[in-house]
Amino acid sequence: MNEEILISGRMNPHIDPTLGIWGWEIPLYLFLGGLAAGILFFAALYSLLGKEKELPTAVRKATFLVPVILMVGLGALFLDLKNKLYFWQLYTTIRIESPMSWGAWILMLITPLSMAWCLSYWRDLIPNWTWQVKYLEWIEEFVQKYRKAFAWTMIISSVILGIYTGILLSAFNARPLWNTSILGPLFLVSGLSTGAATIMWLSKEKLERSLFSKIDLLLIGIEVFFIIHLFMGFMASNAAQIEAAQLFLGGAYTLPFWGGVVLLGLVVPAILEVMELRGKHIPVAFPAILILVGGLVFRFIMVEAGQISQYLY
Amino acid sequence: MRYAMLIDTKKCVGCSDCVVACQNENRVPIGYCRDWVIEHAKGTFPNVSIELRSERCNHCENSPCVRCCPTGASHYEEGGLVMVDRGACIGCGACVQSCPYNARYSHPDGFVDKCSFCNHRLEEGKNPSCVSVCPTSCMYFGDIDDEQSQLSQLLKNRTWKVLAPEVGTKPQIYYLT
Amino acid sequence: MSKSRRDFIKISALGFGGLVLANPILNTMIGQVQAGEPMDASQFKRVPTYCEVCFWKCAGWVHTDEKGELWKIEGNEDDPHCKGRFCPRGTGGIGMYNDEDRLKSPLMRVEIDGKQTFKEVSWDKAFRFIADKMNQISEEHGPESMALFKHGSGGAHFGKLFKAFGSRNITAPSYAQCRGPREVGFHATFGANINSPEPVDLENTKCLVLIGNHIGENMHNSHVQEMSKAIDKGLKIITVDPRLSTAASKSKHWLPIKPATDIALLLAWMHVLITEKLYDKAYIDQYAYGFEDLEAHVADKTPEWAEKITTIKADVIRETAREMAFNAPATLIHPGRHVTWYGDDTQRLRAMAILNALLGSWGRKGGFYFPETAKVPSFPHPAFPSVSWTWKDYLDGKYALAGSSIANVFVDATHPDNTTDKKIKGWFVVGTNLISTIPDTKRTLEAIDNLDLFVVVDTMPMEITGYADIILPECTYLERYDDIRVSPNREPNIAVRMPAAKPKYLTKPSDWIVRKLADKLKLSSYFNYKSYSEVLDWQLKQMGHSLAEMQEKGVIKFERKHENLYLEEGEEYEFGTPTGMIELYSTDLEMEGFDPLPNYTPHPEPPAGYFRLNYGRAPMHTFGRTANNPNLNELMSENKLWVNPKIAMAAGIVNDQEIWLENQDGIKSEFPIKVRVTERIGMDNVYMVHGFGKSNKKLQRSNGRGISDSQLVTNVMVDPVMGGTGMRGNFVKFIIDKPEREEIS
Ligand SMILES: Nc1nc2c(c(=O)[nH]1)N[C@H]1C(S)=C(S)[C@@H](COP(=O)(O)OP(=O)(O)OC[C@H]3O[C@@H](n4cnc5c(=O)[nH]c(N)nc54)[C@H](O)[C@@H]3O)O[C@H]1N2
Ligand SMILES: Nc1nc2c(c(=O)[nH]1)N[C@H]1C(S)=C(S)[C@@H](COP(=O)(O)OP(=O)(O)OC[C@H]3O[C@@H](n4cnc5c(=O)[nH]c(N)nc54)[C@H](O)[C@@H]3O)O[C@H]1N2
Ligand code: SF4
Ligand code: SF4
Ligand code: SF4
Ligand code: SF4
Ligand code: SF4
Ligand SMILES: [Mo]
Repeated sequence: MNEEILISGRMNPHIDPTLGIWGWEIPLYLFLGGLAAGILFFAALYSLLGKEKELPTAVRKATFLVPVILMVGLGALFLDLKNKLYFWQLYTTIRIESPMSWGAWILMLITPLSMAWCLSYWRDLIPNWTWQVKYLEWIEEFVQKYRKAFAWTMIISSVILGIYTGILLSAFNARPLWNTSILGPLFLVSGLSTGAATIMWLSKEKLERSLFSKIDLLLIGIEVFFIIHLFMGFMASNAAQIEAAQLFLGGAYTLPFWGGVVLLGLVVPAILEVMELRGKHIPVAFPAILILVGGLVFRFIMVEAGQISQYLY
Repeated sequence: MRYAMLIDTKKCVGCSDCVVACQNENRVPIGYCRDWVIEHAKGTFPNVSIELRSERCNHCENSPCVRCCPTGASHYEEGGLVMVDRGACIGCGACVQSCPYNARYSHPDGFVDKCSFCNHRLEEGKNPSCVSVCPTSCMYFGDIDDEQSQLSQLLKNRTWKVLAPEVGTKPQIYYLT
Repeated sequence: MSKSRRDFIKISALGFGGLVLANPILNTMIGQVQAGEPMDASQFKRVPTYCEVCFWKCAGWVHTDEKGELWKIEGNEDDPHCKGRFCPRGTGGIGMYNDEDRLKSPLMRVEIDGKQTFKEVSWDKAFRFIADKMNQISEEHGPESMALFKHGSGGAHFGKLFKAFGSRNITAPSYAQCRGPREVGFHATFGANINSPEPVDLENTKCLVLIGNHIGENMHNSHVQEMSKAIDKGLKIITVDPRLSTAASKSKHWLPIKPATDIALLLAWMHVLITEKLYDKAYIDQYAYGFEDLEAHVADKTPEWAEKITTIKADVIRETAREMAFNAPATLIHPGRHVTWYGDDTQRLRAMAILNALLGSWGRKGGFYFPETAKVPSFPHPAFPSVSWTWKDYLDGKYALAGSSIANVFVDATHPDNTTDKKIKGWFVVGTNLISTIPDTKRTLEAIDNLDLFVVVDTMPMEITGYADIILPECTYLERYDDIRVSPNREPNIAVRMPAAKPKYLTKPSDWIVRKLADKLKLSSYFNYKSYSEVLDWQLKQMGHSLAEMQEKGVIKFERKHENLYLEEGEEYEFGTPTGMIELYSTDLEMEGFDPLPNYTPHPEPPAGYFRLNYGRAPMHTFGRTANNPNLNELMSENKLWVNPKIAMAAGIVNDQEIWLENQDGIKSEFPIKVRVTERIGMDNVYMVHGFGKSNKKLQRSNGRGISDSQLVTNVMVDPVMGGTGMRGNFVKFIIDKPEREEIS
């Protein structure tokens, strides 16, 4: 028998008996970050490809959600801070090695960017709008003038934001479950897929919907591939990671992960979309909601299980 | 100079004096602690062995908690001490996640706290509180760069280990086995 | 159940603390400092003390911060008891002061609407009540009918009061419940008591033999330190214990003996030492009496014989005996301390003493040194009145070898079944929680019910307080002066205790309580001083020192005046035994009609389905007194039941499952206990730490956490030689489902 026990009674809140320093705030923040990145990515991409007219939801409409999503995300991050009044300390320094730091900065960059982007399409929404404040008009003109450059910046920063949501976790070597470089691309793809799902859901255009349905199918395929890779990587790694993977392979997270995330969040929507593409009538909200909820649950599970996984010594 | 701690598991009796002493010395609130003691029993009766380990922040040389900190609150100090600047800490918990030893906790006043190697005592030329209280004198504190220190000598002459070396943190608490 | 005159009062309607909390000044004193940065120690003050968390009495410093709040306690570097390092309990002593569940004001038992409860009363009213009752008892039965149970420093003050009042019936549980058999066993052999701290030369020991003595869990400070030092120098440890104690885990040889069979092992070791001529012949020839008798006595006690009894392999017995002989005389068979186990304890301790003698370790480096004690003059007072009887007269020749009073005998003398004319009618209990201290609680409660007066002086609302007529709240040791500490050691030394903070709430030090009560009893002439500091200063000045000096130093060591630390080679030496020699064959025991040479007698085994109830210490707690201490409770808030995995498997119980225990007499544990499934214990016993399962709800942190071993110790095997209460002959079985029981109100 192998018995390892704490005999000094340590019970530091949120640390013992298992780590739980991050509650709901960080996973929500990661989900919203990924979602925002996804929407912005497609908006910028199709703007660059000159599909503004064909894909109005992707390029314009959906992006109006982004500032809200980002604000809520930042709000969640703020709530996570235990020393809230000191939050400004995040912006007194840039620490390249700290994903938390560049996450804060990238959000600082991308939030105004997304706002400006929306601003430039504001009159599409409300045609006879007049700006009360002069410089808003100026921004509008500025974005319209340099739309290409803007789109490029947004593509790059949204990819960084998307990857960042994964890197934030994978930077923590201390948590065997997170200690894998696949998390960055995986979270990026998952973020893109939730973005695509949102666009698909909001879109009224048949063409746009079927395009994003196909995009989603592709992304789901990549995601499944990454997930399989993730677990193959764990099983080929050290004892701590094998044990971490066990959480999903028979352990406490088996059902929520394989049932909730993979089946309901990936496979079922994929099937629904294939059926839709084959001409069956499926309300578009179905696959979209499944993908979004799946993406959210995925982040909750990864954050929670990751905190439980630890090195043994 | 490089501060390090050495703990002789062959002498530790698991009394947890190191924990109470730290609590008083550093005013760690009731319900929290900066150090703790692990008992690891192996074997089958009557062939059983136990290892007793007093654990705390390892003041890692390659410290992920410093790297992860977005504000620079977690930082290195002279002698390799890993310290938290309470005034710069936003309590984001990144460093807590980054520590493979679960050595940090969130202080009720908002900042993250952990073992400081009692730097306020080091300044006075004293040993850390846990080291100076330990009834079995199984803890040694000193400069690992100084070949003549008792710590270096013991490392040379005895077998030892560090915790979770595979994570690559280069921990600076050594356990004589 | 018939209604008792003294129902146990768990919580009182009138509340502890109502009066206190209404007082704003007191209220501000209740708060506790927390958090904040560690501060610059240079502006802080330090006050000397000696620790009261156990009876090792380590001297140290209480540090206070700039606000005068207690900050920390550290050992005094000059103190031989602690060598600058306190044990976890001493370090956590701060929690004794901070514990918000402390007794806060004097309480008196009253009956309201037929229900007994405690009411806060003024000190003056409490004293008047007590003095009246004491005088009444004195008139009816004589002052001797007042008895004092004490443990710890406060007891000394009350001892003086009792002597002045006319009673010498003073006792402590540290003899018949603890080390009594050891004192008698070693005195019979070497003509000297062991006392406290034990004069074991551990730091120089090369081979240490622990018979169930679990140093490291038993946290007696300097011994733990010296053992560790000796480990650095290559100490070989042989531990005899049915459980892998911490010390056993550090041992070269761990002998997981079948409980209650130690005497057989000890006899077999003697057999090997003698038959293989490994004993210290010169030493035995010069100093010992009765070697031939011993030789004949152990001739048939072969290791093979012992193996069948103890389950320890014969070759292991031989090998360990040789290890002991190889390192002799620096081989120490540690006398242990809590040795009241199976009723034949004096004989087991005799066997341990004899083994030491064969190895020549008494008076030898690495064995036992000759300690010396500083002489402190006593403060002048009128001669105490003579008494017409004491507990000895009550015993009428029984337990004649007992060197100290036997606490359980005081219970007997109080019990309604006492038919002699020497009856005890009033108790003071100062600093001892008799309910969990003296086994067979039922009998203790019957005795309590037969009292005319029952006063408890304590710091905490422990079980015993629930039965008192009057509870007097003493302040903690951190808030008071006490007697100068004088204890035997390598170097004679003294230490002082001074208050580091004002007494919290309405609590008072024992010396104040005693003086005020003496006023009421018209005995003030015995206490002719205004503050105890006067007494201390007077005593210190007689010795050429002063209280002011002690405030700076805390401890003073003196030159040895008498014999050497060890025997010189071939030195003539007269031992304090009747023959003046080391008595391998005890003439004292023979005269009292007991075995002059120790014999092994088999003890009952647990019946099927039952396990022997084993108990001991945890390093971070002292008995039950620290269970509620905020700092120490945090380290260990409950005891767990150690169960071997095979037993657990068979019983279908798992780690951390809560179960109840029932003993051989059908007594069930009041609370459940969590199981710790561990390979550290064998199949024939289960183990728990003593001191948990607090039944008083006022102890908020510890009430109902874990269980009390004492409750289950109902089979008491009394040592016929000295009256000690053997407590390890109890058997328990597991109860999985919560047992039905009558509600105790
Ligand atoms: N079942 C069982 N019984 C045992 C033992 C065992 O292991 N198991 N051990 C035995 C041994 S070895 C011994 S020595 C005895 C010890 O027996 P006790 O000395 O009775 O031990 P405690 O339970 O600590 O009780 C001490 C009491 O003193 C109080 N107290 C603490 N400090 C002060 C103070 O400064 N002033 C006053 N007035 N009171 C104070 C505490 O609150 C507590 O109520 O128990 C013996 N009985
Ligand atoms: N931390 C701490 N330290 C203390 C105290 C405390 O309360 N807390 N109390 C102090 C006091 S007053 C005393 S008296 C001492 C007591 O300390 P010790 O004298 O060391 O304690 P015991 O209770 O006699 O011994 C307990 C050990 O005996 C073993 N044992 C049980 N049955 C048998 C048996 O049949 N044979 C053998 N060989 N071993 C057996 C148990 O498994 C356990 O390991 O501790 C002192 N030190
Ligand atoms: S104080 Fe020393 S002996 Fe006690 S647990 Fe800590 S390291 Fe071990
Ligand atoms: S032990 Fe943890 S907190 Fe301490 S330096 Fe290493 S990673 Fe940082
Ligand atoms: S909690 Fe404080 S110390 Fe830790 S990473 Fe965040 S800001 Fe840095
Ligand atoms: S070095 Fe100081 S801060 Fe660190 S565990 Fe020891 S006493 Fe606590
Ligand atoms: S051994 Fe520990 S509890 Fe006992 S007197 Fe010394 S410091 Fe206090
Ligand atoms: Mo004792």
